[in-house]
Amino acid sequence: MNFKLGPLTGGLLLALHAGLGSAAYQLNFQPPATRIAGEIYDLHMLMMYVILVIFCIVFGVMFYSIYAHRKSAGRKAEQFHENTTVEIIWTVIPFLILVGMAWPATKTLIEFKDTSSPDITIKVTGYQWKWGYDYIKGEGEGIGFLSNLATPQDQIHNRKPKGEHYLLEVDNPLVVPVGKKVRVLTTANDVIHSFWVPAFGIKQDAIPGFVRDTWFRADREGTYRGQCAELCGKDHGFMPIVVEVVSQEKYVQWVAGQKAKAAAAATDPDKQWSADELKARGEKVYAANCASCHQLNGKGLPPAFPALDGSKIAAGDKAAHIDMVVNGKTGSSMPAFGKQLPDTDIAAVVTYERNAWGNKTGDAVQPGEVKAARR
Amino acid sequence: MATENEMSAVINTHDDHADHPSGLMRWVTTTNHKDIGTMYLWFSLAMLFLGGMLALTLRAELFQPGIQIVNPEFFNQLTTMHGLIMVFGAIMPAFVGFANWQIPMMIGAPDMAFARMNNWSFWLLPVAASLLVISFFVPGGAPAAGWTIYAPLSTQMGPGMDLGIFALHIMGASSIMGSINIITTILNMRAPGMTLMKMPMFVWTWLITAYLLIAVMPVLAGAITMVLADRHFGTSFFNAAGGGDPVMFQHIFWFFGHPEVYIMILPAFGIVSQVIPAFARKPLFGYASMVYATSSIAILSFIVWAHHMFTVGLPTAGLLFFMYATMLIAVPTGVKVFNWLATMWKGSMTFETPMLFAVGFLCVFTMGWFTGLMLAIMPVDVQLQDSYYVVAHFHYVLVAGSLFALFAGTYFWIPKWTGRMYDESLGKWHFWLSMIFFNITFFPMHFLGLAGMPRRIPDYASQFTEFNVIASVGAFGFGLSQLLFLYALLKCSVLGRGDKAPARPWEGADTLEWTHLPSPAPYHSFHEQPDVK
Repeated sequence: MNFKLGPLTGGLLLALHAGLGSAAYQLNFQPPATRIAGEIYDLHMLMMYVILVIFCIVFGVMFYSIYAHRKSAGRKAEQFHENTTVEIIWTVIPFLILVGMAWPATKTLIEFKDTSSPDITIKVTGYQWKWGYDYIKGEGEGIGFLSNLATPQDQIHNRKPKGEHYLLEVDNPLVVPVGKKVRVLTTANDVIHSFWVPAFGIKQDAIPGFVRDTWFRADREGTYRGQCAELCGKDHGFMPIVVEVVSQEKYVQWVAGQKAKAAAAATDPDKQWSADELKARGEKVYAANCASCHQLNGKGLPPAFPALDGSKIAAGDKAAHIDMVVNGKTGSSMPAFGKQLPDTDIAAVVTYERNAWGNKTGDAVQPGEVKAARR
Repeated sequence: MATENEMSAVINTHDDHADHPSGLMRWVTTTNHKDIGTMYLWFSLAMLFLGGMLALTLRAELFQPGIQIVNPEFFNQLTTMHGLIMVFGAIMPAFVGFANWQIPMMIGAPDMAFARMNNWSFWLLPVAASLLVISFFVPGGAPAAGWTIYAPLSTQMGPGMDLGIFALHIMGASSIMGSINIITTILNMRAPGMTLMKMPMFVWTWLITAYLLIAVMPVLAGAITMVLADRHFGTSFFNAAGGGDPVMFQHIFWFFGHPEVYIMILPAFGIVSQVIPAFARKPLFGYASMVYATSSIAILSFIVWAHHMFTVGLPTAGLLFFMYATMLIAVPTGVKVFNWLATMWKGSMTFETPMLFAVGFLCVFTMGWFTGLMLAIMPVDVQLQDSYYVVAHFHYVLVAGSLFALFAGTYFWIPKWTGRMYDESLGKWHFWLSMIFFNITFFPMHFLGLAGMPRRIPDYASQFTEFNVIASVGAFGFGLSQLLFLYALLKCSVLGRGDKAPARPWEGADTLEWTHLPSPAPYHSFHEQPDVK
């Protein structure tokens, strides 16, 4: 129904923009990458054709009447105001059309809800504001990681040109093999989020304290991008989902790589880290987890998100600082990062915060101290 | 005391009389349905402009990708407050204003049944609106959880949320009192001979709406009171850690929320059902089936709420039930559209501004009806839920539906209210600019939603840029066009300019206010009830 825009808007479009990006002016769903998404696409098209026919009839009658039954065209108004037969006709025919629509919709709905016998089961956890992925059954079992927005703040605040996948890029994408049935269990840590990958035709709310499920079987390799679809607070617009669908061989390699990485990262809990090691690691952890609220420059966004630079906690008592990061602050947006990050990362980020910007405590926090602070 | 004086004055003079306070106190103490209606209408107009300014700030931020004007927290406050102010401050009070002015005149009653309660239900509104505005200035700012204030996000907010909850409580109380008044007036004060099935359609739609309001406003009050308790009293209604369920909030909210959307559209149906026959010079086609269709829409509205929650993970049987029930609503809605078309058919139509807005309503509301049908199909809705497609859909039914009907009604009845004709060419400009810019704003949002843009985000991926640019340009055009409406209103009310209106300026208008009352309608009308054949 493109024509509704008309030439006026068309001209406006051209005048305003020469067309940016690859998918500019996309008028329909993204190309489906699963059978369900394909069925939804077809269902939508079928409905569109039916609607177009009704549209033409309704608007045809209306515009004919507006044209022909004008007083200025010399019409005298007829005074009929009832006709049981036509009333019945235009009640029954739409009803039959609806039954015709309900049939394919029901078939797709039942298929959509069938999450039985998956090859791989992945738990997806919504956090304010990132996604956590845990492979809990099938090949890759035991792998778990967080997935943060990878777009730099400089692009968001227009200090640098925006990249190709602006706001739809993450540090650690979800990786799944092509052609395998993946069951997605959703839950959340804080508020309701919603896991939406348009090309797969899935959107499932992630509800804190409850587990819901959905499934997909990607039939093409590629990178698929989605976003959180339920308002979840300040950075709702900044928690994208990226799914890499790879061949079985590549998936096996990826799983092996992840396991090796996990083994390497499983550091000796008693290892004493140097302050520089901690600061370097902490800076990365800070950028991924803390900067969206407290800002890269540590100035925060008061009053909701206090500054860390020169704060009573980040430049004050070390134990209170560790406790704040590990256990969060109830009644505020500060989450308990103890549930999300390993001891080493928390030790590193606390060390970083205590020595960055104007904070010069000289403290180096060791993972053991974080472990002790966990309640 | 005042009423006794007024009563004797009524009996003695049969005319406008001056024994009510003048100046500000006239408006504070008035129990006159026309004064109260006027205050409702000006209040809702002020809220329309306030909510509109919030919307324009949103569209300015969304003009380009990146964060330019407002930061994300404030953006969320703006979306939330835009919704709350438009729904509870602009659309609902505007219809109550119409009810106050029109229902007594259309049924031949001297005033509303509970004149003092009428005053009270209006004066609660400015209090509630002030709470909403004040919430912007408390620590943490205004509510930012969306107008749906889903828990547990709403339990995270600062004190602004409490102010918002109190404001909703007060507005709910106001609506309930207004509805009691409207029902009592309609059922008890009709002129002799006016049976229920002879009532004008506008009165019918408001009777049904008032029942909906009484049924669901307490449900909303319950939901938000539970949020309040979760926030401050340590309860866990919506907190899983304490045995509650966040999804329960959505069930309760939408049990209110779905009838609520019909509360905002049924009186609009009523207005359009008065305007189209008047300008087609032909009786409304299928009056009885219109009444039945409106009633069935109202009844169905109680059993479709979970279609707002197709993605929370309902069981298959539940999804099927809510999908079928929702699709069923398309039938009575279709009946209404077809009846309006049949009313126009073989009429003798002229297209003054009220008719333009009514036909405009018919065009764009039909579009909203189509997208509503699309959203009813659960598997398709999975893709569209919480995307810009939904934003497009509900603006097609709420702006182009309710608001255009309100415009139609205002231009239709303003000669009766003020005694002056509005400026016809101003009205026509207002219509055409509104219609064009409305579609420039909201039509592209369908494409954004289909392509995968979520709603309520302050920044978006680059591929959504073009349609957002168009929508933003359209929004500013639409917003500015409304200044014409303001000017047209001021001209024939406060400024007192424009031709004097005859008692019945519209050839085809045949309800009591046109046939039995002069323009402007006297301060007290129908102290003797007319006989209706």
